[in-house]
Amino acid sequence: MKKITIAPVSRIEGHAHITIHLREDGEVESTQFHVTQVRGFEKFVEGRPYYEMPGITARICGICPISHLLASAKTCDALMAVRIPPTAAMLRELIHCAQVVQSHALSFFHLSAPDLLLGMDFDPARRNVLGLAAKWPEQARDGIELRKFGQQIIERLAGERVHPSWIVPGGVASPLESEAREEILQRLPHAREIIRRTLELYKSMLDRFAEEVENFGTSATMWAALVDPAGNLQLYDGRIRFAGMNGELIGDAAPEQYGGAIAEASLADSYMKAPYYRPLGIPNGIYRVGPLARLNVAGCCGTPEADRELAEFRQRFGRVPASSFHYHYARLIEITYALERIKQLLDTPGILDSQVRARAEVNAAEGVGVIEAPRGTLIHHYKVDANGAMKWANLIVATGHNNLAIGRGVEQVARHFIDGNRLREGMLNRVSALVRAFDPCLSCSTHASGVLPLRIELRSASGAVLDELRS
Amino acid sequence: MPEAGQKKVSIRIDGELVQLPASHTILQAAAMAGRFIPTLCHFDGLADAGACRLCVVEVSGVARLLPACTTPVQEGMSVVTDSPKLAAYRRMILELLLAERNHVCAVCVSNGHCELQNLAAQLGVASVRYPYRYPKLPVDLSHPRFVLDQNRCILCSRCVRVCASVEGAHVWNVMSRGIHSMVVADLNDPWGDASSCTGCGKCVNACPTGALSEKGQAVEEMMKNTAQLVTIAMRKAVRA
Repeated sequence: MKKITIAPVSRIEGHAHITIHLREDGEVESTQFHVTQVRGFEKFVEGRPYYEMPGITARICGICPISHLLASAKTCDALMAVRIPPTAAMLRELIHCAQVVQSHALSFFHLSAPDLLLGMDFDPARRNVLGLAAKWPEQARDGIELRKFGQQIIERLAGERVHPSWIVPGGVASPLESEAREEILQRLPHAREIIRRTLELYKSMLDRFAEEVENFGTSATMWAALVDPAGNLQLYDGRIRFAGMNGELIGDAAPEQYGGAIAEASLADSYMKAPYYRPLGIPNGIYRVGPLARLNVAGCCGTPEADRELAEFRQRFGRVPASSFHYHYARLIEITYALERIKQLLDTPGILDSQVRARAEVNAAEGVGVIEAPRGTLIHHYKVDANGAMKWANLIVATGHNNLAIGRGVEQVARHFIDGNRLREGMLNRVSALVRAFDPCLSCSTHASGVLPLRIELRSASGAVLDELRS
Repeated sequence: MPEAGQKKVSIRIDGELVQLPASHTILQAAAMAGRFIPTLCHFDGLADAGACRLCVVEVSGVARLLPACTTPVQEGMSVVTDSPKLAAYRRMILELLLAERNHVCAVCVSNGHCELQNLAAQLGVASVRYPYRYPKLPVDLSHPRFVLDQNRCILCSRCVRVCASVEGAHVWNVMSRGIHSMVVADLNDPWGDASSCTGCGKCVNACPTGALSEKGQAVEEMMKNTAQLVTIAMRKAVRA
């Protein structure tokens, strides 16, 4: 048997490698997706005051620290048993939308556009954001501009772009200034133009990727995402909805009941645990989270332009598009939603109110906070003693939920595209591109420790390494 | 200011002639001459302890370095407050302080408002050359309003002195010796159980780092009201 190793997988957040075993005849026997980083946060927060948790857990990630800040602050709200002022909730959602814009822009333009615009088989040395800037300068500039827009909102609200301390237990540290509101409103139309033309471009080239759409992780899985009371798209708050492969409702769980719905399996060859829907077990309870899951679970987005795009998406690929290739499409629709939502929030009376923080001591021994991070459902769960010292923490991160689905997707892509007798780099790049479609953040998602610059290994039937691809 | 009737001495601070009462310290003389000497354990209005050694200076005719905060001026003394040698020692002291316990600035409640952090930046401590000790130290959250985080403590003893001499409660003391030294409340009780504590919060405002803080202040939020405490301590010192 032959073995291929892709190590590390490039243009993803964190580090991973993929092993592909081949039979004597060159066909793919099996694949494994390994995450090789250790996180360790649950252990070393023991004994710390609970209100330090947003600041500490934000350090898990430099790409979307806002996600951890929000999930952690919501968990702290639960420990304090407070209902935060309505303006604070709106401001938190506002900064969250800004983060979704910047994170999705990063994933689409910087990480995946080289595959999409330059092509899966393009020269790997130039298949990156610089190569993109050379051949598609306008699109590369759009990506940078859109990401900047999101980051500038974060900076305007929270004082800094990476790891701000503005999101605090009980609300936010300071109200929105009216000049900041004006500034964001002024920049908003430009961002919306960018996403409109990007969506048009993306739709126009979808035909070129028919084979990828067909074979990129299409195996049947459940879907999970937060929804609002009406069952529509929600990024900041709501109930966790589990839907079947065709979108049928399987069950809803309130955030604090996540433990009844989600169980975690440990895998022998990865530091990343593998959550699944507890009532159905593995493999039937394997589910996907993230942009595509959110759109598949939700009735609609709730904003006009995003809903028009969602309708077109469903018209093209059905009510519940199954291919993980469509994460890209879903990401662009979600950027549209986030930009519309930013406008709605800024136009809501009371957004400039000065009462933005509730103060309290510890009033509950246990708390759960859930948000939809750009990559999917993010769960923080803490237990504290009577003085507020952390006794226990559990973090289930978006990429973790997708672990088993990514593993399945890798296998499907490898089986379809890899021919062990005539191995080409472009075949292996498709395996990496599948992983990229999920936009995984592996450093975030390991419980013990965490790596996704990806490595792919090709091994012979006797186990000898025939080929290795490092990013 | 030199008080009337006291015997005055003349000394040189970095070559500049300064006249001041004999009861003053080199640190006070340097302040009169407008010279900056870094300190952490010194607090205006409190008796000096010479704990941090950051204020070491060179004195002509003395082979070793002397702490400016506890060395009285003497007639004819010539003091150097800044030199490459002093700068190297001061940086080393700060690095040792940072390596000794867990000063994780990024997630500290005092980040951005910390005397240790500010001095490290000011004196050019860009990295720590010594291996970090990473000791496992407790956080005392038992007090209803305040928190003692041993991970951030530099043993300057400002809390011990302000509580004893200004508030008069003497809740705090330093237990054990050397590397095992630890600030403790009463007879090594949880702070919340320390019956002598009046809950005045002077120790929190005297603390130069995030070791003592108000409960519920999130990362970067803990700002100490040092100026007010200095005023109170100075008034008390004048009356004493």
